Amino acid sequence: MTYSSILIQFLNGLASASSLFLVAAGLSLIFGVTRIVNFAHGSLYMLGMYVAVGLAGQIGFWWSVPLAALAVAGFGALVEALLLRRIYGAPELLQALATFALVLVVKDYTLWQWGPEDILGPRAPGLDGAVTIAGNRFPEYDLFLIAFGPLVLAALWLLLKRTRWGTLVRAATQDREMASALGVNQRWLFTSVFTLGACLAGLGGALQIPREPATLLIDLSVVVDAFVVVVIGGLGSIPGAFVAAFLIAEIKAFCIGLGYSTLTLVIEFIVMAVVLVIRPWGLFGRKPVLPRGPGAIERPLTPPSRTVIAALVAVTAALALLPLAYGGYTLVLMVDILIFALFAVSLHFIMGPGGLHSFGHAAYFGLGAYGAGLLAVRAGAPMEVSLAFAPLLAGLGALVFGWFCVRLSGVYLTMLTLAFAQIIWSIVFQWDDFTGGSNGIVGLWPAPWLASKTAYYYLTLVSCVAAIALLWRVLYSPFGYALRAARDSPTRADAIGMDVRQLQWAGFAVAGLFAGIAGALYAFSKGSISPETMAVSRSVDGLVIVLLGGIQTLTGPVWGAALFTWLQDTMARNIDYWRAVIGAVILLLVLAFPQGITGFVAERLEQRRT
Amino acid sequence: MFKLTRRKALLTLASLAAAVAASPAVQAQTIKIGELNSYKLFPAFLEPYKKGWELALDEINRAGGINGRKIEVVSREDGGNPGDAVRAAEELLSRENVSLLMGTFASHIGLAVSNLANQRKVVFIAAEPLTDKIVWENGNRYTFRVRPSTYMQVAMLIPEAAKLKKQRWAIVYPNYEYGQSATASFKKLLTNAQPGVQFIGEQAPALNKIDAGAVVQALADAKPDAIFSSLFGADLQKFVREGNLRGLFKDRPVFNLLAGEPEYLDPLKEETPDGWYVTGYPWNEIRTPAHQKFLAAYQAKWKDYPRLGSVVGYSTLYTVANVLKRAGGPDTEKVIAAMKGMEMDTPIGPIVWRPIDNQSTMGAYVGRLAKKDGKGVMVNWRYADGAHFLPTFEEVKAMRKE
Repeated sequence: MTYSSILIQFLNGLASASSLFLVAAGLSLIFGVTRIVNFAHGSLYMLGMYVAVGLAGQIGFWWSVPLAALAVAGFGALVEALLLRRIYGAPELLQALATFALVLVVKDYTLWQWGPEDILGPRAPGLDGAVTIAGNRFPEYDLFLIAFGPLVLAALWLLLKRTRWGTLVRAATQDREMASALGVNQRWLFTSVFTLGACLAGLGGALQIPREPATLLIDLSVVVDAFVVVVIGGLGSIPGAFVAAFLIAEIKAFCIGLGYSTLTLVIEFIVMAVVLVIRPWGLFGRKPVLPRGPGAIERPLTPPSRTVIAALVAVTAALALLPLAYGGYTLVLMVDILIFALFAVSLHFIMGPGGLHSFGHAAYFGLGAYGAGLLAVRAGAPMEVSLAFAPLLAGLGALVFGWFCVRLSGVYLTMLTLAFAQIIWSIVFQWDDFTGGSNGIVGLWPAPWLASKTAYYYLTLVSCVAAIALLWRVLYSPFGYALRAARDSPTRADAIGMDVRQLQWAGFAVAGLFAGIAGALYAFSKGSISPETMAVSRSVDGLVIVLLGGIQTLTGPVWGAALFTWLQDTMARNIDYWRAVIGAVILLLVLAFPQGITGFVAERLEQRRT
Repeated sequence: MFKLTRRKALLTLASLAAAVAASPAVQAQTIKIGELNSYKLFPAFLEPYKKGWELALDEINRAGGINGRKIEVVSREDGGNPGDAVRAAEELLSRENVSLLMGTFASHIGLAVSNLANQRKVVFIAAEPLTDKIVWENGNRYTFRVRPSTYMQVAMLIPEAAKLKKQRWAIVYPNYEYGQSATASFKKLLTNAQPGVQFIGEQAPALNKIDAGAVVQALADAKPDAIFSSLFGADLQKFVREGNLRGLFKDRPVFNLLAGEPEYLDPLKEETPDGWYVTGYPWNEIRTPAHQKFLAAYQAKWKDYPRLGSVVGYSTLYTVANVLKRAGGPDTEKVIAAMKGMEMDTPIGPIVWRPIDNQSTMGAYVGRLAKKDGKGVMVNWRYADGAHFLPTFEEVKAMRKE
């Protein structure tokens, strides 16, 4: 690279950093005060883009930007007041689930309102050309963005440091309960923060219009980028978000400039993993105050009663008899449900009793699937052998990555699991000669004696039921109790001689191993695997299933898996806007049963008994 | 204010389930075709595709169907990932009892369904996937493919590229199988046609995540004489805008696969770059009788112009209808035999189904981009017949491991 191209790439990085900062700042604010992991932040950004590009044709680009930001802010205020406010009392992750449902609804609304085609906006009037810098052409609008990011940073900084409102926000970010005890009106504070966050997201989207088209795929990719920035910077820290956005954008620009463009697929996750391993609370973050209140009321899992066990045995027996009554597709669907049930139970094992909220559990599902595929296709192992050994690869992966993850806590841990999952995903995606790259591996079919639908159904049923039963049994072993002690009170567990990290590490590896069993079964049921087996969306599906079923219950994940898979299958077949319908159903369930379906049923049964 | 009770929530759920359970009754004597695609993930390309096959379905049934039997298309969302797609295909096969499968868009989903077709021994007509592997390396006797593949479309651009005698080429492509194989084919074919050509400055941004400013600058730094790109969709739009602003395309020929397809060209509007060499579909200038007829029928039914996807959807269902007629019914082995060497018309020209690799000889239009009334159009175009841009039988035989 010549000096002039180094300068230009540096400026390119600055322009991207400004865009990234706007959306990350809003996310950071919202999380800092409300503790909501707002999946819908990318959707707010997307709405900003679409509203701006729609208005730009009529009133001009420069007017459309503030209007779009305001419109999105208004929408954010509505979401907070009508939806999120109802569930602040529920476990924190449930709010994340609600925002995820919102992602689905907003995506389908956008499709319905603006149509399927990408819309490329106009160039910004007045800044539609380029200037010559060191012999290279550089867009004027990018210079404007480079200046705009720091301006927003300064404005936010003044707002937070110099106004009364800012003081309240900082107080609530630091210790929400204390701020509330001192008489701060939480309702109003939460609504205003969420509105401001939404406004920033909308503004960020609207300002991107001259640089990129409004597309329906932008929402999740933006929100993941924003999460990475927020976590690297340190949760709740606005200057941290700015520095992190700068870091990520510059590293990306220079990857491209130096000819390592394929690295852009994963570089931000590598940076995040490195930062978190070195600084467990991000660059500018502080060790979070231990939560008081809701965190402590989690009820201990009691061993299932005789009636419950009898019922579970009856369900298993009914499943064993299923092929007598139904054939064909019912069995195919049931295989998927059983596999996802095992996947969800393994995730629940580490999330519920383990207390480690994993956002990258699909990695271990995928490692199981790829383990099976590689053994069968590359090593030529028989199907039975591949199936038996593949989960070990997942267990090994979980052992390696778990070692790092258990050193962190809270959202940082969650994001490190995501980072590792993305790193594994990108290796699988890139390594064409070995993993088949983006196409994956085809031609994985079960051995002839297992090839019929009925035979494979029985294989899956036996494997999944045994694995689930074993995982549940582990929860009531000394190891399971120790794991829960480590979750509920790490200090006390430590004081009586338990090695908390060791316990969590072992729990993480066990969960990974069992996810790997599900993955291997999945590979042979589909005949092929691709990197999507371990993509973020599958991790999110797992979370949704666990939360739908009820995180504080034992059997919840199984029912969650059944409901979610069945819903997706049925809705996708019958309804055009099935995503929105699934989103609406999840919202409805979240509002009606904040403790999950199984949690609700259990509570009702208990009420009847007393 | 609206108050949500549990009872209300349950009622809503129950009524939803009831609505879903009531499925339409099945007509007797019809031939059922299973269709699946990622309608939600790629709506911009697949809505026109769907309109295409729906038009064909109307025409075929109005003309009396197949030997007196009507055809019915059972269409499914494939969820945009191979796992769900395979489940959707299983559902079509075992619950709907469809006679054969058609559809899919992304390469990995096409390959997964093709692999299932091989296992279940049913015919699968892949409509949109471009991957070479579906008929070559991973080809199987049950899978047929309509569109000209990545290799064929690259080969169509090679004569023009070689004619320019440019020495240094920069390449930019989306980092997944389509972009990788387009790049590999381009390098191989251009080196054959023009020995000594150099490839410098390769850029492979992640699909839909191009950092266009940085990529454009990096390409400019390499000082290429010409550029080959296989970008499309949002990546292409970002690349074009940054490239225009930063003067990357000034005095530099650019070749871009697919950029002349209305799906990708139309969103560019004012930004349409002048003089790019592209493959595509100039729908409003094709005057052949077959196309005029298709165009009129399409516009009458949908009040919209066709995209390339519409032609693909239309031709795919006509392939199904023609082969069912030729085979005298939906028996799999007879259908496979009838597909071999079948000749038929499509809106963009006659095609033959090659017996050796189950690839149709559908071609593409090769031309240059220009701006007209603030819109992108293709000029100086010609139809490149796919039959002339395929590897030899020996090469294909070596690739297909049957």
